[in-house]
Amino acid sequence: MNSEYLFAHKHILGLDHLSVPDIEHILTTAESFKEISARTIKKVPVLRGKTVVTLFFEPSTRTRLSFDIAAKRMSADTFSISASTSSTTKGETLADTARNIEAMMPDVIIMRHPSSGAPHYLARHIKTSVINAGDGTHEHPSQGLLDLMTVKEHKGNISGLKVAIIGDISHSRVAHSDIIGFAKMGAHVFVSGPATLIPKKIEKLGATVCSSIEEAVTNADVVMPLRIQKERQNDPLIPSFREYATFFGINRQVLQAAKADALLMHPGPINRGVELAPDVADSPQSVILDQVTNGVAIRMALIYLVLGGK
Amino acid sequence: MVQPQAILLKNCRILDPANKLDKKASLLVEKGKIKAIFTSRQKAPVLPKKLLSFDLNGKWVVPGLIDMHVHLREPGEEHKETIETGSRAAAAGGFTAVACMPNTLPVNDCQSVTRLILEKAETAYARVYPVGAISKGSMGETLAEFGEMKKAGAVAVTDDGKPVLDSQLLRRALEYASNHKMLVISHSEDAGLSRNGAMNEGFLSTSMGLKGIPHIAEEIMVYRDIAVAGYTGCNLHLAHISTRESVNLIRQAKKRGCPVSAETAPHYFMLTEEAVKDYNTNAKMNPPLRTPEDRAAIIEGLQDGTIDAVATDHAPHSILEKDIEFDRAANGIIGLETALPLALELHRKGHIDANRLVELLSSNPARILGVKGGSLGIGEAADITVIDPEQRFVFQEQDILSKSKNSPFIGSALQGKAVLTLCGGRITHNLLLE
Repeated sequence: MNSEYLFAHKHILGLDHLSVPDIEHILTTAESFKEISARTIKKVPVLRGKTVVTLFFEPSTRTRLSFDIAAKRMSADTFSISASTSSTTKGETLADTARNIEAMMPDVIIMRHPSSGAPHYLARHIKTSVINAGDGTHEHPSQGLLDLMTVKEHKGNISGLKVAIIGDISHSRVAHSDIIGFAKMGAHVFVSGPATLIPKKIEKLGATVCSSIEEAVTNADVVMPLRIQKERQNDPLIPSFREYATFFGINRQVLQAAKADALLMHPGPINRGVELAPDVADSPQSVILDQVTNGVAIRMALIYLVLGGK
Repeated sequence: MVQPQAILLKNCRILDPANKLDKKASLLVEKGKIKAIFTSRQKAPVLPKKLLSFDLNGKWVVPGLIDMHVHLREPGEEHKETIETGSRAAAAGGFTAVACMPNTLPVNDCQSVTRLILEKAETAYARVYPVGAISKGSMGETLAEFGEMKKAGAVAVTDDGKPVLDSQLLRRALEYASNHKMLVISHSEDAGLSRNGAMNEGFLSTSMGLKGIPHIAEEIMVYRDIAVAGYTGCNLHLAHISTRESVNLIRQAKKRGCPVSAETAPHYFMLTEEAVKDYNTNAKMNPPLRTPEDRAAIIEGLQDGTIDAVATDHAPHSILEKDIEFDRAANGIIGLETALPLALELHRKGHIDANRLVELLSSNPARILGVKGGSLGIGEAADITVIDPEQRFVFQEQDILSKSKNSPFIGSALQGKAVLTLCGGRITHNLLLE
C-alpha cells in the first residue's frame, strides 16, 4: 500500500461509499490479521480498553458471533444487545436507543436492522463509529468484503473473473454488496434467478442479468446461490421450494457448466436441497467455511480501521 | 385578524384570468368586498375617510389562492397540525381557502365531523372547505352520507390517503354524488402494486434497498378512474398526479370529452426521486417523487391545460413520524408556505405565464370545487393575495407557521412571496408597511 493512502472512514455503511484503494486496504489489513486466529493464544492487545457494542434488531448467529470474536481477538470489550423491533415501535425510537448506548461511551456500534438505511440514520444521530452488519435489503458490507477476500485468497486476484450470483437478488443485501464490490474490483458479475426476484435496473449497479441460470453459470469462476424465501410481506415470489430447486437450484449438473476450478460460495444459512444440492455444498469446490473463517479477519480489520488503526 | 373598513391597493398589476384582466390599476376594498378596480386614467371612486392604503409599486394582486388538497389533521392528530395552525400557514403562503381531506381521526364521513371542522374554522385564517369521505371510515365498503355532509358544508368527497379499490363503489359514488352536486376526488393507486413501497421503483430504489412503487401503480388506476368517469358521465377529479403516462391518459381523456380534471403538487414539478437520497424522510410521500422524465411531463401538463390545478397535498407530520427509519416513516410533506414561490419558479423559467399561474392556484380550484372565489369581480368577497414576485428568501425551519416542519425545501433559496393576504377583507397575513 502506498504511504500516502489514508483510510478515512469513520463509519462502514456499505461498499458503495468505499473506493477501490479502501477495499484493497481493508483486504490487506484483514489478510495480515488472519494469522492471529490460527495462533494458540488468539489475542492481540491492539484494541485494549476499547468498547464494542453489537446492536441487533434481527436474529443472527454467524454475523454477530463473528463480530464478537473479531473484537475480542483484538482485546476490545464487547457487549451485545438484542432489541426486538417490536419493543422499539412500542416506545423508544432508534435514535433514543442509540443515544442511550452512546452515553455509555462505546467506541463502535455494530448494528443489524431490518430497515434499509437504518445505519445511515444512526450515523446522522450519534458521534460513535457505526458498522453496518446488514440493513434491510440494502447492504451487508462485511459479508461483501469477506467474499472478496475469499475469492482473492483462492484465485490470487479478482479482476477479470466471472462471478455468478443466483437467486433472490431483490431481497439480498449480500447480493447488493457483492455486486458493488466485485464490480468495483473489476470482476464481471452475472445474476440470474426467477424474474420475480431480479430488481429493476440492477444492471446499473454493475451486474449483467441472465434469463437462465445456465447462462449465468457457464464458464464462471465463482458461483454463489442465495438463500430463498417463498414470499415476503404478502408478495408472492415463487410457487414452491420444490419448483425452485428444480429450475433455479445449484446442483452438480448446473455446476458442471462453470469452470472446473470454480468456487462455490454461499452467504449462509443454507437451505439444503432448495437453492443448493447437499452434495454440492460439501464438495471440494465449496469454500463456504473459508468465507466464515475470513469473516472474522475482515471484521477485525473493519473495527480496527474505523478506530483509526493504520 | 384586523378587518379595516376599507383598503386601497395602489399601483399594482391586477391579474384576474377569470375576468380576463391583466393591467396596471388600483383596487379598492370596502366592507369586505371588492368595491372598485380603476386605472390612473380613470376617475377614482370616492375614497372613504378611514382608509388603509398600500402603494404596491407593481406587485401582483390576484384572487386569493385556493389549495384544493390539504390535510389539517384536526380532529385527532392535533400534534401535527390544527385548523388554526394550518390556516395560519395557508394565509402566510397566500392562500385564502383550503379544502381539507377527510382522513382525520375520526374520518370525516358524517355531518357531525363536518360540523366540528367548520366550527373550528370559524376563527381560522382562511376559508376551510371540508371534503367528506366517499366510504364510511374510508374503508372502501359502503357509501358515506354525502347529502348530509353537503348540507353541513362539505364541498366534495374522497377517500384520499387510500384508493377506492372497488370500481363498483367508485361508480356508485360518482353517480350518487351527482345528485348532491358534489365533486368526487380520486386518489389513484393500485394498492397491490404499491404494497409496502417506500419510494419510486427504479435504479435508486434498487440501490438503496427500498421497496419501490412502480409508476404503473398510479397509471392503472388513473385509467380505471377515467373509464368510470366517462361511463357515468359524472365529474371526477384526480388528485396528486405524478407520472408521465398519467398526464398522457388525462390529456387523451379530455380530448374525447371525458369529464375529468386533475391536480399536481409543487414537489412533482420541482423535485425528482433523487431527493430521497441518503434516506431523507422529508422527501418521502405517496405518490412518490418520480424521474426527471415524469417531472418534465408534469410541467408540460401544467402548460397545455391537461393538469388544471396546483394543490399542495399539505401533509404535516411531526418528528415522531418522520425522524425515524425511512421505510417506517410517514408519507407526505407540508406545502402551504412554499407552493407559491415554487409555482413562481415555473413562471420565471418560462414554463407558464402569470395568468396561467393564477388559474392553477386560484380560479381553476374554485371552479372545480364549485366554491366562491378565484375571481376579482366587483362586489365579490375580498379574497385577495398580493404577491411580490421578486422577493428572495431562504425557507427556514424557524419561520414555518405550520405546526410540523416536514419539508424538503428547508434551507432552499426561494423567490416570490405573498406579502399581503386578505380573506373577506380581513388581513390574515401582512408583510407590508402601510
